[in-house]
Amino acid sequence: MALTSSGFIPQGNLNSDSSALGKAGRKGTVAKVLKALRKYRFLIVLSLVLATVSVIFTLLVPKEIGKAVDSIVSSGDEDLFIHLLKAGIFALIVGVSTYLMNLINNRISFLTVRDIRNEAISKLQTLPLKYIDSHPSGDIVSRIIADIDQFSDGLLLGFSQAFTGVMTILGTLYFMLSMNIAVSLVVICVTPLSLFVAKFISSRTYSMFKLQSAERGEQTALIDEMIGNEKVVKAYGKEADAVEKFDEINERLRKSSLRAIFFSSLTNPCTRFVNAVCYALVALTGSLFIIGGFESGIGAGITVGTLTVFLSYANQYTKPFNEISSVISELQNAIACAARVFEIMEEESESSDEMMGELAEAGGTIELKNVNFSYVEDKELIKNLNVDVKPGMKVAIVGPTGCGKTTIINLLMRFYDVNSGEILVDGQNIAELKRKSLRSNYGMVLQETWLRSGTIKENLLLAKEDATDEEIINAAKMSHAHSFIRRLPNGYDTVIGEGGGSLSQGQKQLLCIARVMLALPPMLILDEATSSIDTRTEIRIQKAFNTMMEGRTSFIVAHRLSTIMNADLILVMKDGQVIEQGNHESLLAAKGFYYELYNSQFTKI
Amino acid sequence: MLEASFELFVPLVIAAMIDKGIGDGITEGGDTGYLIKSFVILIALGIVGLISAVSAQYFAAKAATGFATGLRHDLFKHIMNLGFDKQDEAGVSTIITRMTSDVNTTQNGVNMFLRLFLRSPFIVIGAAVMAFTIDAEAALVFVGVLAVLSLVIGLIMKANIPMLMKVQKGLDKVLKLTRENLSGVRVIRAFSREEKECELFSENNDKLSRLQLVAGRVSGLLNPLTYIIINLAIVVLIKVGGVKVNSGVLSTGEVVALYNYMSQILVELIKFAGLMVTINKALASANRISEVFDISEEIQKDTDDSNIADAEILKENRLGIEFKNVSLRYQEGSDESLSNVSFKINPGQTLGVIGGTGSGKTSLINLIPGFYRATEGEILINGHNVNCISKSELRKKIGIVMQKAVLFEGTIRDNLLWGNDKASDEEILKAVDIAVATDVVNSKGGLDAHVDSGGHSFSGGQRQRLSIARALVRKPAILILDDSSSALDFATDLKLRTNIAGLDYNPTTVIVAQRSSSVMNADLIVVLDDGDVVGMGTHEELLQSCEVYQEIYNTQFRREED
Repeated sequence: MALTSSGFIPQGNLNSDSSALGKAGRKGTVAKVLKALRKYRFLIVLSLVLATVSVIFTLLVPKEIGKAVDSIVSSGDEDLFIHLLKAGIFALIVGVSTYLMNLINNRISFLTVRDIRNEAISKLQTLPLKYIDSHPSGDIVSRIIADIDQFSDGLLLGFSQAFTGVMTILGTLYFMLSMNIAVSLVVICVTPLSLFVAKFISSRTYSMFKLQSAERGEQTALIDEMIGNEKVVKAYGKEADAVEKFDEINERLRKSSLRAIFFSSLTNPCTRFVNAVCYALVALTGSLFIIGGFESGIGAGITVGTLTVFLSYANQYTKPFNEISSVISELQNAIACAARVFEIMEEESESSDEMMGELAEAGGTIELKNVNFSYVEDKELIKNLNVDVKPGMKVAIVGPTGCGKTTIINLLMRFYDVNSGEILVDGQNIAELKRKSLRSNYGMVLQETWLRSGTIKENLLLAKEDATDEEIINAAKMSHAHSFIRRLPNGYDTVIGEGGGSLSQGQKQLLCIARVMLALPPMLILDEATSSIDTRTEIRIQKAFNTMMEGRTSFIVAHRLSTIMNADLILVMKDGQVIEQGNHESLLAAKGFYYELYNSQFTKI
Repeated sequence: MLEASFELFVPLVIAAMIDKGIGDGITEGGDTGYLIKSFVILIALGIVGLISAVSAQYFAAKAATGFATGLRHDLFKHIMNLGFDKQDEAGVSTIITRMTSDVNTTQNGVNMFLRLFLRSPFIVIGAAVMAFTIDAEAALVFVGVLAVLSLVIGLIMKANIPMLMKVQKGLDKVLKLTRENLSGVRVIRAFSREEKECELFSENNDKLSRLQLVAGRVSGLLNPLTYIIINLAIVVLIKVGGVKVNSGVLSTGEVVALYNYMSQILVELIKFAGLMVTINKALASANRISEVFDISEEIQKDTDDSNIADAEILKENRLGIEFKNVSLRYQEGSDESLSNVSFKINPGQTLGVIGGTGSGKTSLINLIPGFYRATEGEILINGHNVNCISKSELRKKIGIVMQKAVLFEGTIRDNLLWGNDKASDEEILKAVDIAVATDVVNSKGGLDAHVDSGGHSFSGGQRQRLSIARALVRKPAILILDDSSSALDFATDLKLRTNIAGLDYNPTTVIVAQRSSSVMNADLIVVLDDGDVVGMGTHEELLQSCEVYQEIYNTQFRREED
């Protein structure tokens, strides 16, 4: 599941319904796009100028060649030379201006992508966790990577293509009309046909593509499941069954993609056929006119040379028509992608804390006063929570799954804001503090370990950038990570893959603990931080924590009761409320919920 | 291809139209009938072209999808046969990416390649050949142009492909950073690293756009260059042709035909340039796929003459396990994960394996079904070396429950039938009962309840119990439990262990655990520390002799110390 959503680059979301955007929404998006491009307006104008130049000269080249052909007929050698020279020079101009235009277009599109991505990542850092937690990360990644790419490709290149297309059509029309109106009319009447053909086909193939991507999704899910859990598949010798199931989907996918690819590829030959008809008509009418030898009227001025030119124009004129339907859908898709990107950009950031106070090295008094909190509006989770923590206290939170233990951590770190009530650190309301200064007072190790791809050392340095090797090794020794790091192929310089790669869950937890030990924070939060570490090592680590956290406040969330027995204050939670508070002895003596929990683990065979 | 050749006739017809139809028509009135005939020929050529193009597209699509389907099948099968060590090395997520998006890219590339390369070279070369039929001397221009063009295209592609690969790598890096920023958002904020992360991202992002610009500078050359070369060639052609017309060797129509051929070459090459990126991407993806194919498959067994061992293992329901001086090293050069492990366990006995995180417990049990090969020493099942037993036969006799409990999409019954296809509902329910999972099955609505991919609607403890039931449905000769009750509360764990100890078919059982309570009733307990065996014996013996075991025991039963 995690892999389908984030394991590979999702294709730009082609299914995003651009029509749902509505006219106004689309206009708004276009305005935002223009704003993002403003920085490059000079380059855009330059690109358009170059496009115009190259279109005009592209059209002039056949004209000169037509004249040259005529001079062959009329045997004027000097004329021939001049026309050919002109044609050559024009061709050079076209080549150079096209190249420059390419460079400029590349520049505009790649730099815009870069700008938007940088902006998106900065934005990401300010988005509230509520947004990030509630949106699949694969979706956000695909917006930042695939959608932005699609947007720049589609919009900028689509735009310049559309622009050159329209220019070519207009220019060709002008040149054709100036040569012969009747033959031009033939071209004008026939070519739009290809547009209809293209449109007809693309509207039919849409559903086929949808089916194809649905089946592809199904296959990816199976791949994910079977390969992701291949060890189990192999343990049960189910390889052949997996392949059989895979083949069944594979065969369906083959059929649907054959249909989709085939029908969509019909566009090209069909429009080409229309072109061929157009070509033949031009040749026929042109020839007839030449034979007719009209001196004036509709057939006037046609020569063998102009006919050559016409034939070449007929080709050039139909090409943009063939492309225009795909350009339009590309533009629509690009705007839809842009809208998805801007959606992130416009999400509300965490409230600004520029003006808020700083929290100096915290003393460690923490007070929760009448705290209420819920993730979803009508589903209350934390109700009227009151806790009083003195400096240096070791606070443990226990309780069954889903009782709100992790939620308290989220609130303490201000990953989420309370609905009502207040949390005070050293007497200051944390809502009135800079988030950064609050968070830098905590060291945090979560159950979900997070390691980035890079060396072990780089991962540890996340906590304290200027740490010396000695400090690093020291922290690793304290967290008992040193012995396994030492045994890795390159020790501290061993590169680990994304998400910790081949390290075991316990080893990853040890690294995260080493990281926090390096940071040496005034307050500590451990959320199931040792769940995959054996009890023996855990106790040693706890001893290290005890020394390290001497006089510092710490919070521990744990399943294993042995982890929390020594806490100064144990909060027993159930359904969002603290139902019992006290230390181990007093809670046992109370013979309540904690007593039950505690005894269940010591039953022997 | 047929279409291409028909297309090549068009200029000839036009030439004939100009020469015969118009000819000296200005003076003689021309041949209108011939013109109309030619027109009909042109249209007919168009229709034939359409038909052959459509069939060409059909076969291209068929070939491309057939190719991709076959490729996916082979790849999937290959991956299914990889050994664990190879799989660890490659990484599951890369394999999945290659299997999905890389195969799609390749399919796309093959389709484009077929469409384009079945057409373009024929048109280009055909155009040149047709030019020869018109006039050999003028056609030499074509030969020159083709030589220059192939040189230009070749050079640009050669320079560009490595650049595009670098771009792809840069993009991968940016993608990875984005993903990390999301998955690690809590850690990043907790360490107040937001700005640092933005810097790191911009740095890589800038690098990517620079790479893209450089690559674009080269690939952007292709189109304008071909355009210039072809147009200059046309100029030369008409110049040469003009002289020949004057001397009566060529007709005007033929010069026009030559010109048309040149234009056709241009159109094809421009299409080619447009698809170069697609082809390049497909090539890069194909490389990544072939890397997966290069990983060697798991060796089923070492020698072929040991069918006796297979046959014996297959019918034997009581299997003993012996390790003789076994060492395991996952990678060349890294430290040993297991060093010199020796023990022997008889059929029906229970082995306990205990030790700290990373002490090699899972490595040890992974050697029994032959998931990894021992670097040194040998593992014997009933006296036969595992490397000489067919893996698939061996694994049929083993029920293994892994640390990470996984369920697959389907019904609960489907999942449990993995253990034994032929099990009746009665047998399944019995296994469920032994695994203390009856309440799980009932609460979900019976055996036909749906399990979604990954079993996300089940809690960790429920998944563990169903995984155990799955292993029990098989009535294995060897039952391996790798820390598989960690999410169970103590009471359920106790009941589970009692049930397993009372199994009527009495399998040889291997229990890996962190709690000493889970292994204390085993016939033999192996205590591991950093890959070394630091103690071996029964619970009572170890309490006397093994310091590490005492420590583990004490941390869990400290209450008795108090």
